[in-house]
Amino acid sequence: MNEHQLRGLIAKVKTGKLSRRAFVHRMVALGLTAPLASQMLDFAGVAKAQSTFEYKPTKRGGGGTLKTLFWQGATLLNPHFAVGTKDQEGSRIFYEPLAGWDADGNLVPFLAAEIPSVENGGLARDGLSVTWRLKKDVKWHDGHPVTADDLLFNWEYASDPETAAVTVGSYKDVKVEKVDALTVRVRFERPTPFWADAFVGTRGMIIPKHLFEPFKGAKSREAPTNLKPVGTGAYKFVAFSPGDVVKGELNPDYHLPNRPYFDTIEMKGGGDSVSAARAVIQTGEYDYAWNVQVEDEILKRMEQGGKGRAEIVPGGNIEHIQLNSTDPWTEVDGERSSIKTKHPLLADPAVRQALGMLVDRASVEQHIYGRAGVATGNFLNNPERFRSKNTKWEFNIDKANQVLEAGGWKRGPDGIRSKDGKKLKLVYQTSTNAPRQKNQAIVKQACQKAGIDVELKSVTASVFFSSDVGNPDTYTKFYCDIQMYTTTMTEPDPVKFMDQFTSWEISSKDNKWQGRNITRWRSEEYDSAYRKAEGELDPVKRAALFIRMNELVCNDHAVIPVVYRPKQGAISSKLHASISGWDNDLWNVRDWYRDA
Amino acid sequence: MSRYLLRRLAIVIPSLLGISIVLFTVLALAPGDPFEELATNPNIPQEVRAGLREKFGLDDPIALRYLRWFMAMVHGDWGFSFVSRVDVDVLIRQRLSTTLFVVGSSQILALLVALPVGVFAATRPYSIFDQIANTLAFIGFSLPTFFTGILFILLFSIYLDWLPFVYRADISATGWHWYWAHIKQALMPVAVLGLFQGASWTRYVRSAALDVIRLDYVTTARAKGLAEGTVVVKHVVRNALIPVVTLVALQMPAVFGGAIVTEQIFRIPGIGSLLITSILANDTPVIMAVTFVFACLVILFNLLADILYGWLDPRIAYR
Repeated sequence: MNEHQLRGLIAKVKTGKLSRRAFVHRMVALGLTAPLASQMLDFAGVAKAQSTFEYKPTKRGGGGTLKTLFWQGATLLNPHFAVGTKDQEGSRIFYEPLAGWDADGNLVPFLAAEIPSVENGGLARDGLSVTWRLKKDVKWHDGHPVTADDLLFNWEYASDPETAAVTVGSYKDVKVEKVDALTVRVRFERPTPFWADAFVGTRGMIIPKHLFEPFKGAKSREAPTNLKPVGTGAYKFVAFSPGDVVKGELNPDYHLPNRPYFDTIEMKGGGDSVSAARAVIQTGEYDYAWNVQVEDEILKRMEQGGKGRAEIVPGGNIEHIQLNSTDPWTEVDGERSSIKTKHPLLADPAVRQALGMLVDRASVEQHIYGRAGVATGNFLNNPERFRSKNTKWEFNIDKANQVLEAGGWKRGPDGIRSKDGKKLKLVYQTSTNAPRQKNQAIVKQACQKAGIDVELKSVTASVFFSSDVGNPDTYTKFYCDIQMYTTTMTEPDPVKFMDQFTSWEISSKDNKWQGRNITRWRSEEYDSAYRKAEGELDPVKRAALFIRMNELVCNDHAVIPVVYRPKQGAISSKLHASISGWDNDLWNVRDWYRDA
Repeated sequence: MSRYLLRRLAIVIPSLLGISIVLFTVLALAPGDPFEELATNPNIPQEVRAGLREKFGLDDPIALRYLRWFMAMVHGDWGFSFVSRVDVDVLIRQRLSTTLFVVGSSQILALLVALPVGVFAATRPYSIFDQIANTLAFIGFSLPTFFTGILFILLFSIYLDWLPFVYRADISATGWHWYWAHIKQALMPVAVLGLFQGASWTRYVRSAALDVIRLDYVTTARAKGLAEGTVVVKHVVRNALIPVVTLVALQMPAVFGGAIVTEQIFRIPGIGSLLITSILANDTPVIMAVTFVFACLVILFNLLADILYGWLDPRIAYR
């Protein structure tokens, strides 16, 4: 789909021929994120969609306790130190960003008075700055007013390398200046199409200046408020013990009327995800369980009781197989898989194409993941019901055989194909994890029928995903022919995600294998499209660039997508919550309520 | 006696030093670091992770890191968790009471089962009671706690819906409601741990008592016309207890160390679950502290057991 076609679609949305939602789904199917799609519509001046979530309670409180289970408990409650999602979720109960992302990728204001746009003057036309206005009369839980100074402080705090904040990436390249008591301007070095990063979403939660000021920089660890948050959220802090439980109570001064519904909130950590699902779906002891990783068969059996169900939310994780572009078996300048080499077998497009046809995604979906893994042929997220017609996948052993035969790979007496004396033998690695090993077996079986000998290898997850420079089995070293794992795209903008195919990100000894391009695939066209997308202010042109990049990768079989992994939680049938794949689970916990 | 004690205590220091060196090296050599999760997140620049590693001194040579840890430990500073950035001693103190309560009561339950059943079975070897006790004991210690734990949950929480299976350390109720809630939620984990431990101890108690019960002095005691109860309690049990004391004493550190698997199943916020989550998160200071404290306790209780021997059996002399 090119720019012209995109504009056609947008025009259709404008005239009402195509719903906003359908448009977003089409874009998601093309590999764009929902936030980017909705940004395109906003840019074109299509009226904002009303949030579909309906909040019914007519008074504050009275809902009892909201009980949530997180099998990994929060370990700290400072959003700037949140190493994992669990810590972000714990902080999100008390802290709020300026705006959050809903399930359709729309920005929803929290502390902001409104979402900046070109029309309201918040967004500079040159893409060099964005102006955020705070809501009036918002107070921290201790009664202090929230002002622009707090925003300014958050920027200083996070961007100071001495603080060692994990949010530094969102703040270090911007400049924040105060305009008036309630307004700040975020300035970018270059024209920035994706402006909603600092102060927004998972890494945008705002902490109070008056409590953290003395603990900026090297002393950041000593702040007592790291463990006793004072935020602006719908719930006030009550108690916290790291890794175990976070408790909050209704904030009587919350800045939205009639919210929150629950009198207290509890986030219990620990245990395993199967029993967490049981506690919600089967016994009803809890209202919500985060990140439930349970075999679909078991989940379905639990759901029969009717007390709860699995909540499956489209996000951006994808289980995929990477094909090594370089030779993992030859050492050049002290490293294998060096960019100076070419893979002896996988360099042949016929082999790559054949491999793409030998992954039985339907079986993987049906027998391994169920609802938690939807077969996909697109590298970027692609829920089945939104699948576009031009991205297809097929499982066809006969056709794979034909492709290989045509490519000159002839079967030997042992049934294994070879060409120019090179046998078609591949080593296939992944992390140790029951579904992945089953998946490996399915692929191996099909490959055997096509005359490809596949040797399976599994590496303990703690080694596979580590960045240990001394270990040869890490996924970034990729000392192997093909490998499989899940790559995550929970970020609202695809630009950071797509850099994993740019030539400057190639993982190598020089960058201690920290580069994000692990397949070592490269293409000049891709690189230049990426560069353009980085600075392209017109979201439609930008989207077209991303779609093109996606096609380049998929058509060249640099990776073979297997299944798309939606976010999965367990939710009581009485609880009303809207979970977003682009933000934390508890992003709008202020709106959660339960049927009486 | 005091010379013996001094000598034993003098051995403790090099052994603790050795233990700490081994623990530290193994942890330092293990793959991964606490900021793994950052590595796979494309939105966090690599420098952040490198900066954190540097800040927490993870890039220094192992010997230097050990030395730093050791000096801090000597000064009573246990370090802080890389993950939660909280001081380790605070983390341990938060969880100690829960572990003491759950694992402690399970050990008491185990003793309450093992002592009477074992002794009674020994006084009537190969009787029906003995056979049944033996069979149950075999089943008891053959079934791992993760299995019985899940079985209990399925039976008592899911089918019968009698007991909660999520343990909560902070119950907001007051008065007898508070006690009742605590007892209700501790019932399953205590039973799982206690019956498992009790089963193996029953076997020990029985065989230890059997060894003693056939000795001549027991026959003499009976011939003197002492009541059967007096014979068993004063003459048999006291002597049979010696090997049992060793076992129980060696088990005591577990009361502080928690029960990793059971705590995980029932979501008990104890030391065991702290240890396992720290291991999974590569949170070295916490793992180091918990395992090291555990090592100290093992050594301490070994010493205690040796001293208890002298009280139980005056023939044992300390030199």
